[in-house]
Amino acid sequence: MADVNITVDGKKVTAPAGTLLIEACKSVGIEVPSFCYYPNLSLQGACRMCLVKVEKMPKLQTACTTVISEGMIAITNNDEVRQARKSMVELLLGNHPLDCPVCDAGGECELQDMTFSYGAAESKFMEAKNHKDEQQWSPVVYFDRPRCILCYRCVRVCGEAMDVWALGVQNRGVVSVIAPNKEDHLECEECGMCIDICPVGALTSGAYRYKTRPWEMNHVGTICTHCGDGCKTTLGVRRSDSGMQIVRGDNRDKSGINGDFLCIKGRYAFDFADDPQRVTTPLIRRDGQLAPSTWEEAFELIGKRFAEIRDKEGGRAIGVVGSNRTTNEENYLLSKFARVVLKTNSIDHRRTADFPAFAAAMVGKPHAAATMRDVFNAPAILVIGNNPTEQHPLLAWQIRNNVRLHRARLYVINSRPIKLRRQATSFTEIPQGTEGQAAAFLGGDDSAAEALGSGSREMWVGLRDKLRGEGKLIIIFDSAIRGKDISALVKFGSAVSGAKFVCLGDYSNSRGAADMGLYPDFLPGYRPIADASTFKDEWGDMPTAPGLNVSQMAEAAAAGTLKGFYVVGSNPVGGLGLDPFAFSNTFVVVQDMFLTETAQMADVVLPSANAYEKAGTFTNTCGDIQLVKKAGEVSDVKSDFEMIVRIADATGFEVRKLVPFGGRGTSADMGQSRGAQSGEADRHVVWLEAHGLEPKMSPFDPMAILDEIQRLVPGYDVSRMNLLAGNDQHTTTVGTGQGGVQDAKLIAPANDNLFTSGTLGRYSRALNSVIENRNPEPAEEVAAD
Amino acid sequence: MRFSDEFEGRFSEMLSHYPTKRSVLVPTLLYAQDEVGYLSDEVIAELATRLDLTELEVRNVISYYSMLTTKARGKYNVQVCTNISCMLRGAEEIFEHCKKRLGVGPHGTTPDNLFSLEEVECIGACSWAPAVQVNYDFHENLTVDKMDQLFDECKKEGTQLRNL
Amino acid sequence: MHLVSHPDEVKVVSKRFGKGATDLDRYLALDGYKAVQKALGMQPDGIINEVKNSGLRGRGGAGFNTGLKWSFVPKQSAKPKYILCNGDESEPGTCKDRLIFEHDPHAVIEGVVIAGLAVGSHTGYIYIRGEYRYLSNLMQKAIKDAYARGLLGKNIFGSGYDFDVYWHGGAGAYEVGEESALMESLEGKRGIPRIRPPFPAVVGLWGGPTVINNAETLASVPHIILGGAEWYSNLGTPKNGGTRLFCLSGHLNRPGVYELPMGYNLKKMIYEVGGGIPNRKKLKAVVPGGSSTPVLTADEIDAPMDFDSLMKAGSMLGSGGVVVLDETTCIVKFALRTMKFYRHESCGWCIPCREGTDWLEKTLIRLHAGGGLKKDIDNILYLSENMLGRTFCPLGDAAAMPTIAFVKKFRKEFEDHLEARPCAFEAAGSVERLPVMA
Ligand SMILES: Cc1cc2nc3c(=O)[nH]c(=O)nc-3n(C[C@H](O)[C@H](O)[C@H](O)COP(=O)(O)O)c2cc1C
Ligand code: SF4
Ligand code: FES
Repeated sequence: MADVNITVDGKKVTAPAGTLLIEACKSVGIEVPSFCYYPNLSLQGACRMCLVKVEKMPKLQTACTTVISEGMIAITNNDEVRQARKSMVELLLGNHPLDCPVCDAGGECELQDMTFSYGAAESKFMEAKNHKDEQQWSPVVYFDRPRCILCYRCVRVCGEAMDVWALGVQNRGVVSVIAPNKEDHLECEECGMCIDICPVGALTSGAYRYKTRPWEMNHVGTICTHCGDGCKTTLGVRRSDSGMQIVRGDNRDKSGINGDFLCIKGRYAFDFADDPQRVTTPLIRRDGQLAPSTWEEAFELIGKRFAEIRDKEGGRAIGVVGSNRTTNEENYLLSKFARVVLKTNSIDHRRTADFPAFAAAMVGKPHAAATMRDVFNAPAILVIGNNPTEQHPLLAWQIRNNVRLHRARLYVINSRPIKLRRQATSFTEIPQGTEGQAAAFLGGDDSAAEALGSGSREMWVGLRDKLRGEGKLIIIFDSAIRGKDISALVKFGSAVSGAKFVCLGDYSNSRGAADMGLYPDFLPGYRPIADASTFKDEWGDMPTAPGLNVSQMAEAAAAGTLKGFYVVGSNPVGGLGLDPFAFSNTFVVVQDMFLTETAQMADVVLPSANAYEKAGTFTNTCGDIQLVKKAGEVSDVKSDFEMIVRIADATGFEVRKLVPFGGRGTSADMGQSRGAQSGEADRHVVWLEAHGLEPKMSPFDPMAILDEIQRLVPGYDVSRMNLLAGNDQHTTTVGTGQGGVQDAKLIAPANDNLFTSGTLGRYSRALNSVIENRNPEPAEEVAAD
Repeated sequence: MRFSDEFEGRFSEMLSHYPTKRSVLVPTLLYAQDEVGYLSDEVIAELATRLDLTELEVRNVISYYSMLTTKARGKYNVQVCTNISCMLRGAEEIFEHCKKRLGVGPHGTTPDNLFSLEEVECIGACSWAPAVQVNYDFHENLTVDKMDQLFDECKKEGTQLRNL
Repeated sequence: MHLVSHPDEVKVVSKRFGKGATDLDRYLALDGYKAVQKALGMQPDGIINEVKNSGLRGRGGAGFNTGLKWSFVPKQSAKPKYILCNGDESEPGTCKDRLIFEHDPHAVIEGVVIAGLAVGSHTGYIYIRGEYRYLSNLMQKAIKDAYARGLLGKNIFGSGYDFDVYWHGGAGAYEVGEESALMESLEGKRGIPRIRPPFPAVVGLWGGPTVINNAETLASVPHIILGGAEWYSNLGTPKNGGTRLFCLSGHLNRPGVYELPMGYNLKKMIYEVGGGIPNRKKLKAVVPGGSSTPVLTADEIDAPMDFDSLMKAGSMLGSGGVVVLDETTCIVKFALRTMKFYRHESCGWCIPCREGTDWLEKTLIRLHAGGGLKKDIDNILYLSENMLGRTFCPLGDAAAMPTIAFVKKFRKEFEDHLEARPCAFEAAGSVERLPVMA
């Protein structure tokens, strides 16, 4: 759009036509105060805080609704404007309770800040304030009516941005009040966006309220551990008896791929971390019972037994199961550890999508994987299968708001009337389980249309033609499409100019687990075992035949040939239904936070730190890689990274060959394992990098292995500096190995919904309290025009 | 739920007057209220479904308009205008009298459910003040005596109807 | 019925009052629908110019030149254009549209159709406040009758022009009379005003260009079309064409709605048309154009009642509601009742109006009850002045302007309430039974 020139407070400002005056001012550092204005939400003009003088206009104008025009002259700081702001604050404070000392928002309240800035210190109000008692709208949402300043942000974010429409305004005039959809309570997606967006302490979080004061917390920006979308979140942590407790999850860092967004899990379900059921000391089975031990004893035992089995029975007698929730560094390390230390290729994880087939289909299309940011900007999107609103809340947010703000065209093919159809230009219903046929049909197999149900063949051909006509289409699919259907879909998409793809996996680092080679037949980067040369050079000797997958491991255990079983952050018994009795004669080691079904049958259980308690990187389902930082801490647990290294050491392996640390003589432990101070270490790392120094200081430093990942795993050579600075980086699919069509039966999607998240959600008190309060099947309500 | 045929006829005719369904909402709510007596949960749910709205949206609209209510009222809703023109001509006295005579305060309903009392804003009878609306009927140039007559008539009519 | 008369009246809009014109045949016999027929033979611009030149200014309150307003509607529009008649009449002191609906509903319909012809619209809505149920019934019947005769609907008067008119009803909200809130209400929403620009003439009902006029404005239009711009304009003053319905209320011997030429002297209106103050009481003040307009003191009433003159006198002609206060009236109480109204009717959307009206009402209650402090008076002024011109819609101004005038012009009366002094008027008993006109 053409640029428009205006003058604000004597400063020349140039901005695109259509820019709002408030934004134009912001662009040159002139702050115009506002309550009701919120970027990307509809305009209100209600709070009148943004009144400014615009030349030729008799009255002050709201900068939030004024579109700039050529030659406009605005003044934002004369006496009249300042007085208007001051009086607005005074008017608001009239009925506003002055309970700042106990208010959750005290210290981070926009009304406080405005009062401070525009000086309404002396109160003219002498009347009785309108009072109403606080209300609890859901286990996690509380509403304190007198504190509400009616900026309508919550109503808009819930309706326009979330498409939930659970909040409204009841009554009129001074008794106007924000109201929940079920009269005295909320029935909604419990995303808590309303709480985050509230400029004052009117909406507060059941999980956080009255726990602490904002300034008593440290704030750590990291990545949510729940689904595969990879939202950036800010965790508020506070010292506790056993380390650092996470007391709040919110969204102050809007720089992430999720912008404003967090879902219920990201916002509240961090509390699994301080669940009392957590294992906090190593356990060794003695006389059939798991009993506490020291770390040294446990590591010694594991090292000894694994070495024995390896040396006696060969590495094939040991199986390893990795995790969808551990960091890339841990997954890579585990992959390397299995092959190099334990000498086994029998390593697997719970596969939630056919990433190897996807990688294979993407060969030669290095930039065809869409980022999470792309999904917000693409002109057209096709979603086949999945229910993103429930399973990929951020993805759904990106799609929804792309449609709302950029008028993107959304095509939905699904067997259920998923909520995103409300944003869809076209919704096509197919019989359950025919997503693969839909992909095949799009890919050119006309006969596949037979399976697609009632829609006529012309309709399908029409749809395909329409999609072909969409440039820059993003095609999104999940594990329902596997193997050759993926290649068919990619083939179809490639015929569309600039099409990009998203293959949806379920957990926070499912994509990373796959990329890092937690497969019996692939090394990191989907490199087939047979083609191990690049790795051999660095890793040294390793077995050459493909190993066993998870179910084969169980069979082998039952047959007595699997003698050792090493499970890191996974629960194959509970999650994949492996028979625990199959492992009665196997030496089982489990690293986990909880005594899962798998841990209960273990010989040794090692209490592990979760992703909120360590550093590293995660790759989200789109292939965006982001830095994970340590926020919480529970004493006496260790990161999986450290435990793998310690076990390697205990087997007698030379650790420096596993983790290339201590180069160039630096050997200080910069404190990666030291609580919330881990940020310090990260800053040092950045500093070291900037000075050409290698940031490898201890064998427990995940950054040391990140070097190797960046060197050896295709597509991971992203800007380290940006990554460490907290920016998302996109891994490309350049030079990805040939991958290969996987045994489709091995894929076990999580099927989580908004309120469940596998192994973590079941330990979240917040999540459970919400689930208990819900109607089993809340009616989906549709908002009209 | 069932409304009268008259309501249904009006409702479907009105739907054809506008490009969006929800446009009929405000007048429809008032007609529904006239029929049921107040806007019950059932009425709200029904109209929300018919107009593709959430119940919350319907409630938000109801609570905005002062004639709409979600609580039952007496058979005769006595609405005394006390706004400026009426006030100048004795509306407060009328209102006080009504309170006394009915033994209820503003928004109160008599135990026999015959009368409700409300103080209302200007009803457009300024030149014929003071004025009262009983349900939709205007009563103007009132005096306390006339007010009493009115109550008597209503009472008579109401009791007769009840005894039918 | 509600009819009164006075020799000074010039009956244009009220011409058919009392003549049974609710009946379509009667209406036709009294020159009804002749204006539409004439307008069908005119160019749209011709209609607009006629109305513009007649000097007709909006009777809803703001007094904007009606023809000029119509000329803002874009000729071409992808979306349908609409005519919206504002019959929400809720400004305290105003009861004129009610008489038009009661006696001459077809005149409003006719005005709507002519406005439609002028701007190229094919649909009109007549919005009537919910309290006027009997008038809604009358209007619905009038519309039905007109359809039955082919005066509305497809191909009106065989002209090839289609025009639909629909009735729409409110449910009790003063703010809904504000034009953009009116559209929200008609669309089935809460009556929250819209951000402007865009103005309704460009983006209105369902996004289409919309002309919004007061019922009296529209009812005047057929007479202008038939009588001509010059004739109409000459009835009033140069920039304030025609006549208007003045609603005389309060302490008067002959309150009532009278049609008088624009520019008619206010003093004369009170003493001659309205019959003066009952019981030989002295005049204290006049609210000249509905509760939103600043009060005039007894010394200020020798003024012509037109938009410009009253502006010059520091007040506004508003909606034509002339409220007369005699010496027994407590200004503090009057200000309080006025503010109570605005507090009750504020839509609550914007901070200054929502909080300001509540605060002011609370302070005025306290002050009137004798609990006032010296600083309260200045605080009332401070609050009102800080609301003025800063609210989202003019309701905030409507609450602030009269309040400022009450305090500035009757400050002493406010001071007399201070220091725990009881209201002097209350004691004397301001409530007096007045002789009532039939
Ligand atoms: C708070 C408020 C209430 C209003 N109420 C009415 C009303 O009841 N009737 C009316 O015709 N205009 C009312 N108006 C004026 C309308 O906004 C609008 O200016 C008018 O209907 C335009 O018609 P006109 O140009 O014919 O006067 C009101 C304005 C405000 C700010
Ligand atoms: S001034 Fe503000 S609160 Fe008052 S009616 Fe207008 S928008 Fe609503
Ligand atoms: S930010 Fe402009 S009015 Fe609220």
